[in-house]
Amino acid sequence: MSGQSAAKRRLPDLRTRLINPVLGKEFTLRMRTPRSMWALLFYLTAIGILAFGFMYIFRMDYGLGAASFDPGRSRTMFLFISLAQLGLIAFMTPGLTAGVVSSEREKQTLNLLLTTQQSSTSIILSKLVSSLSFMTLLVISTMPIFSIVFLYGGISPGQVGTVFAFYLFTMLAFGSFGVLFSTWMKRTMLSVITSYGLTLFMYGGTAFLYLILHLMIDSMTSGQPNPPGYSNWLGFLMGLNPAAALVSIFEPELSRSVFRGGWFGPSSAEAPIELWQEYFIVYSILTVIAIPLSIRHIRPVLKRKRKKAAGRG
Amino acid sequence: MTERTEQAALPAENSRQADSAGGSDRLMVEIRGLTKRFGNFQALKSIDLTIRRGTVFGFIGPNGAGKSTTMAILATLLAPDDGIVRVDGIDVTEDPKEVRRRIGYMPDFFGVYDQFRTTEYLHFYGASCGIPRAEREALIPQLLELVNLSDKKDAYVDTLSRGMKQRLCLARCLVHDPDLLILDEPASGLDPRARIEMREIMKELKAMGKTIIISSHILPELAEMVDEIGVIEQGRMIAQGSVAEIQHRLQAGRILELRLAGGAEEAVVLLEGEPHVGRVMRDGQLVRFQFAGGDEEQAELLVRLVERGVRPIAFSEAQTNLEDVFLEMTKGIGVKT
Ligand SMILES: Nc1ncnc2c1ncn2[C@@H]1O[C@H](COP(=O)(O)OP(=O)(O)OP(=O)(O)O)[C@@H](O)[C@H]1O
Ligand SMILES: [Mg+2]
Repeated sequence: MSGQSAAKRRLPDLRTRLINPVLGKEFTLRMRTPRSMWALLFYLTAIGILAFGFMYIFRMDYGLGAASFDPGRSRTMFLFISLAQLGLIAFMTPGLTAGVVSSEREKQTLNLLLTTQQSSTSIILSKLVSSLSFMTLLVISTMPIFSIVFLYGGISPGQVGTVFAFYLFTMLAFGSFGVLFSTWMKRTMLSVITSYGLTLFMYGGTAFLYLILHLMIDSMTSGQPNPPGYSNWLGFLMGLNPAAALVSIFEPELSRSVFRGGWFGPSSAEAPIELWQEYFIVYSILTVIAIPLSIRHIRPVLKRKRKKAAGRG
Repeated sequence: MTERTEQAALPAENSRQADSAGGSDRLMVEIRGLTKRFGNFQALKSIDLTIRRGTVFGFIGPNGAGKSTTMAILATLLAPDDGIVRVDGIDVTEDPKEVRRRIGYMPDFFGVYDQFRTTEYLHFYGASCGIPRAEREALIPQLLELVNLSDKKDAYVDTLSRGMKQRLCLARCLVHDPDLLILDEPASGLDPRARIEMREIMKELKAMGKTIIISSHILPELAEMVDEIGVIEQGRMIAQGSVAEIQHRLQAGRILELRLAGGAEEAVVLLEGEPHVGRVMRDGQLVRFQFAGGDEEQAELLVRLVERGVRPIAFSEAQTNLEDVFLEMTKGIGVKT
């Protein structure tokens, strides 16, 4: 009897060790906010409308009879849904992460949390993990819609898995930027705006800059038969673009074409690096910098420099 | 006062040794030369403050004096720019986590997680302080009992009134059984009844052997429950000692009150020329002044005043309460040092 109750007591202990209290709190509070339900609903509706809308247009184009196997078409469909989902993730991530610390600061609950035994690392990571979990939930809930592409054939589960891995990585990277801004900036508003600004730049700004710079170089060198080599580096700009990186996984041609010298230059040359590889490397580094920075800045740096401490004594 | 200053005079190293020797005399809080700047503004200018274990310490000062800043530094939420800050012998800059284990901090302004129920709220902070669930199950009803919130144990936190939230926050401070409670204006915004309740809770906590720092600018509220007071003004500690000592020290020149039928301005001029008379304050036909002489001199003073045409209605020693002491101390004294 007593042994049983002891075991019973150990069980919740184990649970508290596995689920960190801050993480537990984040989950509980998030699921209790009506906003989360609305977000889920909005997300599914958006993905659904995009997918079915796309399918509808497709059928109009090809006629009802042409619904049979067509690898090219299902590939386009797959890329389209994948990109649409990426866009929604880009839209959700700042909203879910850029307020995690600053909103607690604004609601004046942060100081209470900071005087507990929780380490800065556990607070930051719990907040990041809980936001990522919620986004993962959103993405997984779109699985049924995603699987529509299987109806058309030509797409392997492995490819779908790759896309989901890509999503997770992108959410982690942009999520950790959001958490960093939220830790740094006193106001949630500012942090959210900065996060959206960064997202907009990475998705739209890089592509826009790439196009503009290319056009400029092309117009300057239009007379010459061989475009100058320096225009090659412009391709690296596109490696920062999540959408381009995602497409380059499935269309290796894309990497080659963005790195070719000039707009109409020869595309036979090999790309120095695949776009998705560059994307992975650059964003991994940025993430690895952003997370420790947040951890360091959530609490004041109390340790004074040794020299000063010695001089005072 | 003397005993305390002796202790305070010990070099930091020695007092630390004394700490480890144990006993109720060891210092719970030791602040020496604490300085804090916000940009160019110097919020704390070399603060010295020592609090012995088991003491209830009233931290008093006007708005903007630096009370909250000092308390936030003690709670490891702000970095000191200079000086030594120790809690139970542990330097806040060296081992903040150990310090956090020993303190319960209640900020002047705080928020709650609205979506939590009262019990869940306490569970969360308990868990965050590393208390196993089984222990919390037993502890939380006791805490709610202590702060009179037992009937609200299943209520959502955002349905609680301000005073209830304040008491809940106090219960939260206590989940990990800290030795030192840092309470920044715990009674602000409470109605008189709730203030009395808060005071009762303080008494219970004191009986439990906790060391308590409690800040306020409302003095009578503190007078009955504190053992010692420290007065801070413009970032400087201007006095520290027991309530009686501080009152006594100020009354080295007692304060006399003269109520007149008219001609108060002339009376002030006359008084300022008299021996033993210190600072003179006038409020309508009421004149208050510091007086260093004895009973004999006081009688002679009255005779002289009357001879020169002053017409008093009443002449007596002012009923100095803590409030007057406070006003007295914080009037321009901070500027001198
Ligand atoms: N984060 C900050 N940045 C700049 N100045 C600050 C900051 N915090 C406090 N101060 C300044 O430091 C001084 C002391 O503030 P503090 O909050 O400690 O006063 P207080 O004694 O608690 O006053 P009150 O009785 O009004 O609560 C004030 O002049 C305030 O303006
Ligand atoms: Mg204050």
